[in-house]
Amino acid sequence: MSALTARNGLPFLLSSVPVLDIESARREALSARDSGERLIALFAAQRTEQDDPRVHVVTGEDATSLLHVSSFDVPGRSRSYPSWTPEWTEAHLFEREMAEQFGLRPEGHPWLKPVRGEPPLRGPDLFPPQVGARSRLDAYPFLQAEGDEMHEVGVGPVHAGIIEPGHFRFLCHGEEVFHLEISLGYQNRGIERRLIGGPDKRSLLVAESIAGDTVIGHAYTYARVVESLSDAKTSARATAIRSIALELERCSNHVGDLGALSNDVGYLPAAAYFGRLRGEFLNLLMDLSGNRYGRGLVRPGGVGFDISVEMASDFIARLRRALEDFAGISDLLFDKPSVMARFEDAGVVPQDVAEELGLVGPVARASGCQRDVRRDFAHGAYRFAHIPVATVQSGDVAGRALVRRLETERSIEFLIERLENLPQGTLQAPARPLAPDACCIALTEGWRGEICHVALTDGTGRFSRYKVVDPSFHNWPGLAMALRGQEISDFPLCNKSFNLSYAGHDL
Amino acid sequence: MHNIISERLRQGMRTCGFPEEPAAFPERFRGRPRIDASRCPDGCRKCAEACPTDAIEFSTGAARIDLGRCVFCPVCVEACPEGAVAYSRDPAMAVRSRGDLRVQGDEIRLASALEKKMLALFGRSLKLREVCAGSCSGCEAELVATGNVVFDLSRFGIQFVASPRHADGLVVTGPVTANMRHALLETWAALPPPRIVVAVGACAISGGPFRGGPETNDGVGELLPVDLYIPGCPPHPITILDGFLRLLGKMESRRAG
Repeated sequence: MSALTARNGLPFLLSSVPVLDIESARREALSARDSGERLIALFAAQRTEQDDPRVHVVTGEDATSLLHVSSFDVPGRSRSYPSWTPEWTEAHLFEREMAEQFGLRPEGHPWLKPVRGEPPLRGPDLFPPQVGARSRLDAYPFLQAEGDEMHEVGVGPVHAGIIEPGHFRFLCHGEEVFHLEISLGYQNRGIERRLIGGPDKRSLLVAESIAGDTVIGHAYTYARVVESLSDAKTSARATAIRSIALELERCSNHVGDLGALSNDVGYLPAAAYFGRLRGEFLNLLMDLSGNRYGRGLVRPGGVGFDISVEMASDFIARLRRALEDFAGISDLLFDKPSVMARFEDAGVVPQDVAEELGLVGPVARASGCQRDVRRDFAHGAYRFAHIPVATVQSGDVAGRALVRRLETERSIEFLIERLENLPQGTLQAPARPLAPDACCIALTEGWRGEICHVALTDGTGRFSRYKVVDPSFHNWPGLAMALRGQEISDFPLCNKSFNLSYAGHDL
Repeated sequence: MHNIISERLRQGMRTCGFPEEPAAFPERFRGRPRIDASRCPDGCRKCAEACPTDAIEFSTGAARIDLGRCVFCPVCVEACPEGAVAYSRDPAMAVRSRGDLRVQGDEIRLASALEKKMLALFGRSLKLREVCAGSCSGCEAELVATGNVVFDLSRFGIQFVASPRHADGLVVTGPVTANMRHALLETWAALPPPRIVVAVGACAISGGPFRGGPETNDGVGELLPVDLYIPGCPPHPITILDGFLRLLGKMESRRAG
């Protein structure tokens, strides 16, 4: 029996998902890997303490837009199964997450430790806090190395700037980084636990707050899950407005990142101008939704705010000006030899490493990986209007900067086209109850890459499990690999070129 | 060099006129909310029931909004059948005590300046250390934005510094997760007294969307003495600026918004 074929954002009954035995599930997954599929989600669910925990497997084939879903039960008594990680690196963090959330022990996992120091959702606590510990992260077992002139540098969770908390442990030989281990979880707020039992009046707000710079990306994905499970028909107009908001979010973040990269190499004119220009995109979102990050705009069934004819033409004029400004500032940055000397060959992630880790988004595209949910798993407005996928080969900071430049330009062009051709339709379809015992997988290309939400409903149409995979979950190991063999002083620059979410990872 | 100068001329001067001039906001901007109790039908609790963070209460009869819980979403406005709930475009809403955030109608006691001795120390130069303790990073984004050329916080002598040893105050965002609690308290302990604490955003003030959960505290007020509360989700940079300037006694002769 093989996996169920599913599509981005379309619902299916949970009973149609094949339940394989442990060994067949593994073989099935590895053969999917061999045919080029990516591991999109791997998570456990368990409705009651009496049930056996069930592992759900979602793989995706970029070339055909197909998702494959299967599952296997792990015996509740042993709660162990043979680890996939030795053969499929992409499973690495997912298996650690299942160990932490459901006490499932992947036998033979080479690197079994907590992911974010959260209490289990169900089952035994495999990583209990030690007596007298100040937090669950106290006893995190870092990789260690010994030898002449080997030393460790620990940074965080509180950092020098205004950024989120995380701990970085560098194993160094002189200035050279042998290994960087990233220990996260300081931001864990229990997002997935809070969504169980929903949708309720707080669910959308929780989805908007998964990562505060990706309000639209996560709210849009959440809304599509709810709409799909309740068979709500969103109008073409609402869909277009959402894609406009999603691309404004992308532009604001990419432009902000280019400014931050300029700042990190001490090129202050570009840092100041990009910083100001970022605000122009946020202000467009504020004009549209009343909030600079688009909170309150996206909701299940549609959007809360319309774009009038006057607003559309005002937006178009402002976007044209922004495109001009962006070109001028980008030239300033990319034509500066001293800037490019710092960007080039810094933090290289070769394509084979990016593929093996299953990186997503601009970071993957900067390493030559051809993947973009907007094209590969097109939904909504992206089915009819295509944005060319920006890919470069270098895999370094320069590549990640260039991909952001290209994507910003293409998104602005897309925005102008959408605003010139806004379709008609109602803003919001009425809310309806969710289908019982059903499932939906929704993928969205957020500005950092693939956002995946998977919802499972119980017999009454409530969420029995809600899985969130922020793109940062895939990409943090990429940053660790980018630092290998680098000088430690290049860390801030490399880190900025990834600009991953701590909150999105920690949930 | 030539292109840097020509781009500089093209970019022009971008710093906003606030606080000398009121900041301009678009029509849909959600500033301080107001409930016109005279329009509330008897027994109607629709706004309170719909509010995702239980920020509206009727315990005293007339509706009160807790700006510390409010996430400034449009839900209450849409739930009200009478149009009694509305967001103004007024960005000023920072206060000195938690109780001042529970507002009725149009009344609000905005933040007063620091005590004389503290003002003498910090009035011209205030160095702040930011700690993110479980925020979604929305508040961080706006705190960073206060430093850009448009809002330009440093023109008022206020700066964010890297070390708590160099700081006069702690700016906290997020509900304070169990995993960040210790690091936050350590950072606080490293600040030389006298020192202040500023809670920025609904999470840091009340726990926001995460209030009542086992993974988080319900804001920094449970752990540290807070001197300034800046509500929002996230607060607009002007709301943050306005709060800091009031604390330093630089808004008393001016009107915000």
